[in-house]
Amino acid sequence: MKKKGKGNWVLLAPIYIFTIIFVAFPILYMFLLSVLSRAEVWGVDFKFTLDNYKRIFEPLYLNTFKESFLLAFLTTGFNILIGYPYGYFMARMNAVWKKRMMMLIMIPFWTSALIRLYGWIIVFRSNGVLDKILMGIGITDEPLKLLYSYPAVVVGMIYSLLPFMILSVYSSAEKVDYTLVEAARDLGASSFKAFWTVTFKLTLPGLLSGIILTFIPSMGLFFIADILGGNKIVLVGSLIQEQLTKGRNLPFAAALSAVLMILTSLLIGLYRRIAGTSELEGLV
Amino acid sequence: MNDVILQLKRIKKSFDNDTRVLKSIDLDIQRAEFITLLGSSGCGKTTTLRIIAGLELPDEGEVILEGQDITRLEPNKRNVNTVFQNYALFPHMSVAENIGYGLKLKKVPKGEIADKVEQMLRLVQLEGFEKRKPDQLSGGQRQRVAIARAVVNEPKVLLLDEPLGALDLKLRRQMQLELKRLQKQLGITFIYITHDQEEAINMSDRIAVMNQGVLEQIGTPNEIYYRPRTSYVADFVGNANILYCGDGTYAIRAENILMNGETVCVHTASVVEKSFAGGQLRILFRLQDGQSITASRYGIDSDIQVGSELKIGWLPEHAVKVVDDLS
Amino acid sequence: MKKKKWPFIYVGIITAITYIPILVTVIYSFNESRISSVWEGFSLKWYVELFQDRDLKEALLNSLILAVLSCICAVLIGTTGALGMSRKKSKLNDTVAYAAMLPIMIPEIILGMVFLSVFSLMGLPFGMVTLVIAHTTFCVPYIYSMVKARLVGMDKALEEAALDLGASPIRVFFDVILPQILPAIFSGIILAFAMSFDDVVISIFVTGPTVNTLPVKIYTKLKTGVTPEINALATLMLLFTILLFGLSALAGRRKRV
Repeated sequence: MKKKGKGNWVLLAPIYIFTIIFVAFPILYMFLLSVLSRAEVWGVDFKFTLDNYKRIFEPLYLNTFKESFLLAFLTTGFNILIGYPYGYFMARMNAVWKKRMMMLIMIPFWTSALIRLYGWIIVFRSNGVLDKILMGIGITDEPLKLLYSYPAVVVGMIYSLLPFMILSVYSSAEKVDYTLVEAARDLGASSFKAFWTVTFKLTLPGLLSGIILTFIPSMGLFFIADILGGNKIVLVGSLIQEQLTKGRNLPFAAALSAVLMILTSLLIGLYRRIAGTSELEGLV
Repeated sequence: MNDVILQLKRIKKSFDNDTRVLKSIDLDIQRAEFITLLGSSGCGKTTTLRIIAGLELPDEGEVILEGQDITRLEPNKRNVNTVFQNYALFPHMSVAENIGYGLKLKKVPKGEIADKVEQMLRLVQLEGFEKRKPDQLSGGQRQRVAIARAVVNEPKVLLLDEPLGALDLKLRRQMQLELKRLQKQLGITFIYITHDQEEAINMSDRIAVMNQGVLEQIGTPNEIYYRPRTSYVADFVGNANILYCGDGTYAIRAENILMNGETVCVHTASVVEKSFAGGQLRILFRLQDGQSITASRYGIDSDIQVGSELKIGWLPEHAVKVVDDLS
Repeated sequence: MKKKKWPFIYVGIITAITYIPILVTVIYSFNESRISSVWEGFSLKWYVELFQDRDLKEALLNSLILAVLSCICAVLIGTTGALGMSRKKSKLNDTVAYAAMLPIMIPEIILGMVFLSVFSLMGLPFGMVTLVIAHTTFCVPYIYSMVKARLVGMDKALEEAALDLGASPIRVFFDVILPQILPAIFSGIILAFAMSFDDVVISIFVTGPTVNTLPVKIYTKLKTGVTPEINALATLMLLFTILLFGLSALAGRRKRV
């Protein structure tokens, strides 16, 4: 069609302007800050330095990154184990049940994440609901000190991010043509083999997307570790927050964020390479 | 009678990758005629239609409607309407709203719109369908709504882009007759596009045969069929055999290939295949130089064996001298 | 087809576990006692306290206003962007589109940190202004991707048909394109609204001394001293969500008839 040129710039202007000023520029600014020096009270001195990055390699901070990665791995791993079957089973249900399941998943999703975590506090705290039940049945004698422990944090993370995995897998599994599985069975494959060679391969995009949607946020969701783990567990996210607020060290916080950003970008790059696409299933 | 309503003058068009879609098109279209642009995919007929509609701009040349140069006029300002190949009915509007859309844009009063819509629905035999939505209609019904939507605006010229392509054979034949009847009734100039030669012959007052961006011949169905000018036209409309004989290239229809009798340009040919279908016998011959010739007749001719050699020829009055494709 | 029971059992168990904290929260909102480990009887006093809590109510209002404003901005930016990008493909367009989607692809903490520093640099007042800008940033991707996907699947001939029938390009947008993308915009808004309303991390960084959003308020309360007021709030929010879902299901059923 003719006349695409002129009218188009009017349409593209808002997103171009907004994205450049409030997305591109801030991220570039962050990289800039990370190589500057810290000023006395607040802000930066325009002295170029790589000290901020060097500091990250100190054992204390390196350990923080390691811990965050570990937590992200655990969370993602469990999410896959729990969420993949869930999403798959959901996709195989009939239309009525699919709708019901979708609603059942969405309702908690819409309730405040914080409040749902608070529910876990009530359950996990000493002499809380879980303890009462376990002691009542007779499995344990003493209250478990679950709250403010590592397992509690892991549960909290899994709980918060599970819907993303489920929806991604579901979105992928829903589009699979299951007559292909029947064809495989017809050709002699066992149930498991048919699943592994056909269904699993076809739902891989959803799975990969779910992994990305779980792993990346879990490196930044520091408030879950804060609430359920007390002050015992320090993640990169809480570190950054601390450096910005209490530590008043803007450049260092920027450096930490920059490293996190680079790691995230690498992951996304890896995802694009494997999945062959930059679209994320389950998001649209 | 010379009442030209639309003129295409030296229309040229290429697309970005430098393919020349239209090499130079000149065409005069008479008022109230049913003219068909006929050709295989990629010959440029759709592009020509879109240029008339205003959905494409030609690189060179002019489009003149009733004496006015509309070459660069926007599509929404032309008094020309199109029936699209996939109907393009607005899915969120009812049948009545679809048909009335053009009138609404012209700010025609509501009562008048309702009347005209009702008229149209009667014309295309869809009374009572006002409130239906496009996804509740069959293919044939959608097609009639698309026609009604275009025609209700009383355009000077109606463009139809292979509108019957998606319909099954029986419905297609039925719609061909209906469209022809409609055109005569309304008296609007129809410019029709198709790759189906049967359709073109059945419906058109004139046919314009296109081949790779060039208009090879314009004429009545009779002229196109019996006096093709180029080998492409001869072969496209009616499957003619193209043969050299002495001083030029000739087109001879399958039914005119004779195996005995007073013939000219006799060739020796061997029988490759015999098939009998629909009451007709088709024999495929191969000449010494490898060329294939098709002959057809009624009857069985059981004494003709596959593999045998025969002498074939034709009567001079059945051969039409043609030039090779103009492209 | 064999009707296996165990998929349902598995899904049922996981779903039940998902709802445990929610159920617990609801139940304890009616607990007379302040301490959740002791049940002292049924009481509505926490609901009363909730209604009288001015801070919490103000925070709720702020969150609603914030979500609405952010969604409006996101719709304007995301829809025009999707329309513009779908007409012409270019490397530059793809790059900007990728950048626009970035906010939901990176950990929120990075956005929080980055906005804090940039807003300080720009000298913007920390409060509703900075909150709306920040929230719009991560709302745009939802709207943009939904509308873009819808546009890709849309029949181009519809626009041409409208032009052919006499519509100006503006009319084409309002009569043909807009009705088609409205469901996509709506889906995007639902997601974006939920994300904005629930945002903790980014809001912590860009909020100002005078403005409190609900999640931030709850977060500080959770860290200092919890009262079952929170439970009451949670229960009400849950009720509201279920109500919305119920209404939309009803609306969907009526449209089909």
